[in-house]
Amino acid sequence: MPDPYSLRVNGVDCEVADSDLAESLLFVLRERLGLTGTKNACTEGECSSCAVLIDGVLTCSCLVLAATAAGQEITTVEGLGDGRDELSVVQEAFVHEGAVQCGFCTPGLIVAVHDLLEANPEPSDGDVREALSGNLCRCTGYGRILAAVHSAAATKRSQP
Amino acid sequence: MSDVVVARSLDEAREALIGQPDATVLAGGTDLMVEINRGLRRPRHVVGVAQVPELRRWHIADNRVVVGTGVTYTEMMTTSLADAAPALAQAARTVGSPPIRNAGTLGGNLGTASPAGDTLPVLAALNAEIVVTGPDGERRMGLDDFVVGVKQTSLRPGELIVAAELDRPTGRQEFLKIGPRNAMVISMAGLALVADHDARTVRCALGAVAAGIPRAHDAEAWVAERIDWDNGAAVTDAVADEFGQRVAAASSPIDDHRSTAAYRRHAVAVLATRALKRAFAPGGNGDA
Repeated sequence: MPDPYSLRVNGVDCEVADSDLAESLLFVLRERLGLTGTKNACTEGECSSCAVLIDGVLTCSCLVLAATAAGQEITTVEGLGDGRDELSVVQEAFVHEGAVQCGFCTPGLIVAVHDLLEANPEPSDGDVREALSGNLCRCTGYGRILAAVHSAAATKRSQP
Repeated sequence: MSDVVVARSLDEAREALIGQPDATVLAGGTDLMVEINRGLRRPRHVVGVAQVPELRRWHIADNRVVVGTGVTYTEMMTTSLADAAPALAQAARTVGSPPIRNAGTLGGNLGTASPAGDTLPVLAALNAEIVVTGPDGERRMGLDDFVVGVKQTSLRPGELIVAAELDRPTGRQEFLKIGPRNAMVISMAGLALVADHDARTVRCALGAVAAGIPRAHDAEAWVAERIDWDNGAAVTDAVADEFGQRVAAASSPIDDHRSTAAYRRHAVAVLATRALKRAFAPGGNGDA
């Protein structure tokens, strides 16, 4: 077995031991660190269910060799809320607008929407569609997801 | 996999590769990790280059644009590069989704050397010189000498792709591609067209319709004599249509899971006609 390495996830240093170096960040997050909010679907970058932020950059964690992310700041969906029991504005909006059906794509969408609203507080429909073009949802038809993004954006803008 | 080296400088990357010439270079991971995840590839040694600052830079001069191979698609479309190499930005914008564009790099597109690599026709049309470094020092070559077959490069063991140096001609640039939807699409046919008003030439290269990235040299020469370089009049429909047919003649497409040879030949003619009309629309004279 290779030497253990350390990943910084949601502000916490986590040692990854007994791992195979070929493991993706997605696999390590879920199977080694128990952070199962990040979802495993296509493992080829097509669906964005596994989206995380790495040094603030939206990334498909399935396409990151975990060992190469040592020293970088990784934020998963679990790290987005203000506190452990509190939902973020984006998460609240998804709940209120009914933008969740089976829920499998939701964590990736939540991370992508956080990333979008960080850069663009007042996105147009086109901006939202472009930003979420890689996030596949097979249940909702996207209408409610779009509504949730606009609702989250409006709430964020109204906050001091 | 027995070791992963994360290079933090060009020297570190170069040293790691010279020490382990059969190592696999990992850039944005958007191709290699798919194969690793599926169990199709199991490299013993990996050198990660995504965090090499020297590779992440670009430099824009009057006549030339130098793009480090670690530059991402997102950077190609959102930085000063988008003005200096507009077709590169257009191609980058058609790749994958935002997270894919945040990770994928010019060097990865070159290293994978797929005929459907969307930046490759742009590099060919901009007369790119590919710069590599390795145990024998630096080598430079045109894209023709770099991409030598489907997913085949002339890269030697221990070599690393460092940069692509592009022309910066005065004239419009277009990149167009065909796929089943507007996002997350791998090209069924792609085309880059560059107008050079100083040299009075048109350069056109094709993606996903041949084993390599062919330039449509005959069509380029034919159309250059039919452009109104002095007054900037629009190209006629007849010229644009015949240009399309002549460009299609430079393709040698195949039937595969993504499309058919017949459709690809048709598509590339349509793209060529459309790109030429856009590049030589009224008011386009010398307007980059």
